[in-house]
Amino acid sequence: MADIALKSSAKIPPRDVTAWDQLKTNHNWLGLWFMLPTAAFLILFLAYPLGLGIWLSFTDARLGRAGEFIGIENYEFLKEDSTFWLSVFNTLLYTSVASTIKFAVGLYLALLLNERLPFKAIIRAVVLIPFIVPTVLSAIAFWWLFDPQFSIISWSLKKMHLITTNIDFLGDVWNARWSVIFANVWRGVPFVAITLLAGLQTVSPSLYEAATIDGATNWQRFRYITYPLLTPIIAVVMTFSVLFTFTDFQLIWVMTRGGPVNATHLMATFSYQRAIMSGYLGEGAAISTAMIPFLLGAILVSWFGLQRRKWQQGESND
Amino acid sequence: MTDALAGKVVDPKAVLTGSAPLADETEGMSYLQSLPHRLVTLYLPLSVILFVLLFPFYWMALTSIKPDEQLLDLDTYSPFWTWNPTLKHIYKLLFETDYPIWLWNTMLVAVCATALSILASVLAAYAIVRLRYKGAQWVGGAIFLAYLVPPSILFIPLSTVVFQYGLFDTPFALILTYPTILIPFSTWLLMGYFKTIPFELEECALIDGASRWQILTRIVLPLAVPGLISAFIFCFTLCWNEFIYALTFISSVKYKTVPVAIVTALVDGDIYRWGSLMAGAMIGSLPLVILYAFFVEHYVSAMTGAVKE
Repeated sequence: MADIALKSSAKIPPRDVTAWDQLKTNHNWLGLWFMLPTAAFLILFLAYPLGLGIWLSFTDARLGRAGEFIGIENYEFLKEDSTFWLSVFNTLLYTSVASTIKFAVGLYLALLLNERLPFKAIIRAVVLIPFIVPTVLSAIAFWWLFDPQFSIISWSLKKMHLITTNIDFLGDVWNARWSVIFANVWRGVPFVAITLLAGLQTVSPSLYEAATIDGATNWQRFRYITYPLLTPIIAVVMTFSVLFTFTDFQLIWVMTRGGPVNATHLMATFSYQRAIMSGYLGEGAAISTAMIPFLLGAILVSWFGLQRRKWQQGESND
Repeated sequence: MTDALAGKVVDPKAVLTGSAPLADETEGMSYLQSLPHRLVTLYLPLSVILFVLLFPFYWMALTSIKPDEQLLDLDTYSPFWTWNPTLKHIYKLLFETDYPIWLWNTMLVAVCATALSILASVLAAYAIVRLRYKGAQWVGGAIFLAYLVPPSILFIPLSTVVFQYGLFDTPFALILTYPTILIPFSTWLLMGYFKTIPFELEECALIDGASRWQILTRIVLPLAVPGLISAFIFCFTLCWNEFIYALTFISSVKYKTVPVAIVTALVDGDIYRWGSLMAGAMIGSLPLVILYAFFVEHYVSAMTGAVKE
């Protein structure tokens, strides 16, 4: 048996390594083939548009007409535009307030869900539903909840004799801002809570037991055990949260379209209005491009601000 | 960062059922708390938060089955319940508007874009993790950066690009642009899964003369099925949720997706048709909620998986 096998294989002369074999087995070539679809998508529809957007911001392009290079005129125009600065203010307010509340409520909810509870699995599954339902569709529900005339919230508060007239949720400047922030928090809390919960479950209960024996209070246990162990995951979650809040478009567009008197225009909705609705592509692109430094800043602040403690503790797993 | 959680593998099932991997069956320290204490510090705040999180859905569902006159008259009827539910709004939505077409469009776009993205990212993730070609780490980093580029700064230049490629106002505009959101995410997720598959299996297959393609399809993919499901449903959810591209790239009513169509075509002028609007929002979210109900653990593992890397 073995002899036959040996003989028959010996008869085939060893082939030279052809170029085709190289292409089939060489790691670098294979890697190239495997990366091809992804690279095609990301270059054609992500990297190229990203560069194009920056280029467009230096042109006077209109919808349906290629523009010519006009230097930084768009930015100079925006510098004088009070609506632009209002949208910057709104975006910063929206991002900072909503992210802070989301973090606080999300962490609190995660701590609550980490306790022993009846029907734990169901409660946890239910908590995530606001995150699953498409934002636009829940925004419409909020639009209805915040209706100036038929809002159930106004109605309930009136029945409780807390207010006398309906609250104009989306018609008043500050009311509108708080309303959209509330809707954003409502949608963001489940994400923060469930991801932090995943982090909490990696904390060993014996640490808490040891601390309790040493006489630590609830707050001390949270401050010196939970929080330090959770910092890395908090940093990531909050970075994502800040990023998505900063670039939010859907909620605002559905609930207020930037109104009343531009009071809830975020940079994203403002650029949509300028670029697509008014047709000034160049200007809209300039607004989008202006978001990039803010975005990088926000990411850096939330990333390094939260990571600093870890370096101080001398952990070097980054 | 990466090894913060990687060392202690988070079992998504454990996140949901609450059996922390380290906790044993005993009650732990909870005997230290009395019931009244737990009532105030645990059950009360939890029920308040749950109420706030779920009330909009209750209100959505209730509005969609309330008769019109009860919708706007809050005083004669109790607004929190209705004794004569009606399917009128849903009927109107399904048979007198283009809603079924929009649902179909959304489904088509979501399925195609998800399939394309999963295909591309399986290949990319495998190549980055296992082929280790020159610069694989840098490519991995670049893909993560791509994940951080938000659609709201891309839609303006993309609209001109879509126009140049002749895709404007066709479903292909969405099918081909959504993968830019999905691929970075699912590649990152799948890289995590592929890393957990033992190297030895692939070495055995290589010795047996399998090609890389055979290894991928016969060995790696069957083992990575949970990861694939996670990536699939998460991508599908993201597609269903996407708004700004669909709003910008599609102008004719017959190609619109549900989120865009509800906002632009169903809201007509001053008379808000709240009943049908809410019915539309409810039916539009149902497919995702049903999908979610079946694959809860996969959602959680996709979320935590994306965060922990």
